[in-house]
Amino acid sequence: MSSRDQIIAKVRANKPQPLPLPEIPDFQPDPDQTFTRFAEALAFVGGQLVELHTGQAVADVVRERFPDAKRIAASVPLEGIHLMPVSVNTVKEELEQVDVAVLAGVFAVGENAAIWVPESNMLHRALPFITQHLVLVIDRNTLVATMHEAYRQIEKKTLSYGVFIAGPSKTADIEQSLVIGAHGARSLTVIVR
Amino acid sequence: MNHPQAAEQFNRDVDRTTWHDKALWFVRQKRDRAVYQIPEWEQLRELASQIKNHTLSRLDDYLEEFERNAQQNGIQVHWAANAEEHNRIVLSILQKHKATRMVKSKSMLTEECHLNPFLEKHGIEVVDTDLGERIIQFNHEPPSHIVMPAIHLKKEDVGRIFHEHLGTPADASDPQFLAETARQHLRQKFVAADITLSGVNFAIAETGGFVVCTNEGNADLGVTLTPVHIASMGIEKIIPKLEHLGIFTRLLARSATGQLVTTYTSHFHKPRPGQELHIVIVDNGRTEQLGRPDFRNSLKCIRCGACMNTCPVYRRSGGHSYDYTVPGPIGSILSPNTDLKKHSTLPFASTLCGSCSDVCPVKIDIHVQLYKWRQIISKEKAMPASKRLAMKALANVLARPTLYARLGRMARKALSLTPHAISHAGAVNPWAIARELPEPPKQSFRDWYAQNAGKSVETPVSPAPVVDPN
Repeated sequence: MSSRDQIIAKVRANKPQPLPLPEIPDFQPDPDQTFTRFAEALAFVGGQLVELHTGQAVADVVRERFPDAKRIAASVPLEGIHLMPVSVNTVKEELEQVDVAVLAGVFAVGENAAIWVPESNMLHRALPFITQHLVLVIDRNTLVATMHEAYRQIEKKTLSYGVFIAGPSKTADIEQSLVIGAHGARSLTVIVR
Repeated sequence: MNHPQAAEQFNRDVDRTTWHDKALWFVRQKRDRAVYQIPEWEQLRELASQIKNHTLSRLDDYLEEFERNAQQNGIQVHWAANAEEHNRIVLSILQKHKATRMVKSKSMLTEECHLNPFLEKHGIEVVDTDLGERIIQFNHEPPSHIVMPAIHLKKEDVGRIFHEHLGTPADASDPQFLAETARQHLRQKFVAADITLSGVNFAIAETGGFVVCTNEGNADLGVTLTPVHIASMGIEKIIPKLEHLGIFTRLLARSATGQLVTTYTSHFHKPRPGQELHIVIVDNGRTEQLGRPDFRNSLKCIRCGACMNTCPVYRRSGGHSYDYTVPGPIGSILSPNTDLKKHSTLPFASTLCGSCSDVCPVKIDIHVQLYKWRQIISKEKAMPASKRLAMKALANVLARPTLYARLGRMARKALSLTPHAISHAGAVNPWAIARELPEPPKQSFRDWYAQNAGKSVETPVSPAPVVDPN
């Protein structure tokens, strides 16, 4: 018998009587609070919030915050900024040179500042992690309150790779001291339009 | 060395023990703050527990469903009955690709299987990329905690280790500086690696994909750069549906470190174009645990480590004293399943205060299981003879009221006559090493009752209860 069949057979023999799968109730916090909660959560996880005012473009914010950045990659239009082309075929030695990546988030979660970035929005799977600085752009009306709602938003059929990102990369592995910028992005800027 | 011996050694450095205790209690407090923000927390725990219980009751179906859907996604699924088979599968994938350099993100399962030494023996360079894991890998020691593997080390220790292995200045111990050094060092390893191995936090039967949670981004950085990604998972990582992640992602990070969610919650469903994605599903004793009605729900564990951070024994004895891949209360109920004799002292490494069960996000009755393992260990005579015989003698006394009374009288007398230096000498009475014996009372309750029975005693009259007329 293969290990597979052996494992399945042992599970079948040893499992308990069937137990019911519970229904997940609809947890609905006050929707008026969602943006405030998001802003607080983002600050807590070490991200920076920029709310676009009328007439201001994403490119303006990027220019202002990263005046010295030489290699910028983006999956959103950035007028007037010279972009480094990144695709699934970009080699890792080049990816490693990216200073700033500007990517579109599909939606954001109020309770923990997590932003959903699917593969289709990240040019290359490694980009959100290998870039020195990450900028995520979200639309204000895409905010959801909780992770329950978040998972309802994810299109199951299109899942290939996707990640919730909440803040910049961090570690507390040395004596519980928080250090921002472990392996992934050193900073996260969230632009809300 | 068994747990009490290892714990005693740990406790010889009083300052360090106190520091360790505080470091973990700090994490427990962070957990509390994050938990109190969610009004439905208890409901979430109950739901998580029920989902896991349900999954275990139909685990065969869900494993098959997961396999089917994963294969449809283009993932190659392997099954390993035990650690050796798991290691062989990983090695064969490496060999097929003529790979010699592997980067790894955190996986307690590969620790359990002792994968690193096995691969190194076969000429593979294995680099643990989680900062804490890299530190202890340099230091040639196992993790002392499942979430914070280097929690037993101070920043000066890390400075010394990095000085030795990465050439940092001898006195450098600033965490920011050390972490930056590790970032630079590990970036080279990421870019040079041929294959990445990651753990699995949750595997979703319905969609045939899996989720990996990290804060550093090391898992993601590794797997998204290399042409091959291997993910190792125990059979208990399965959850039925994608929507269940709503529950588990809310519980995991808050319980583990007091974060709202981990920085990266990555969902892998398909290999990227040109990449191979492998999953190794491992049993290694889990099906046996599933067959033990009293202990099977330990398989609900989502490896948050909250039970360790809250445990007064773990905090004051350190993870290494458990000498098992998963230390702390949860490790103490998982380990006897694998080797009762070897781990026979672990279920006793507890005050049975129940704090572990209280903080467990999936409601495992950890302290009850600790108690039940004790029963089994004593029945199978797996505890030290001195303890077993003493318990037997005590049981004899407690079952005989007259003998009990007589011995009690003798003990009161003897204790009042014995000098403190002798009654509390560690060699004679190890119990009193860190404790005071009670003052022996002049009289037992039995004697007092015999004297006073029948006499009227003035008892204070309590006011009549106020009855609400409504």
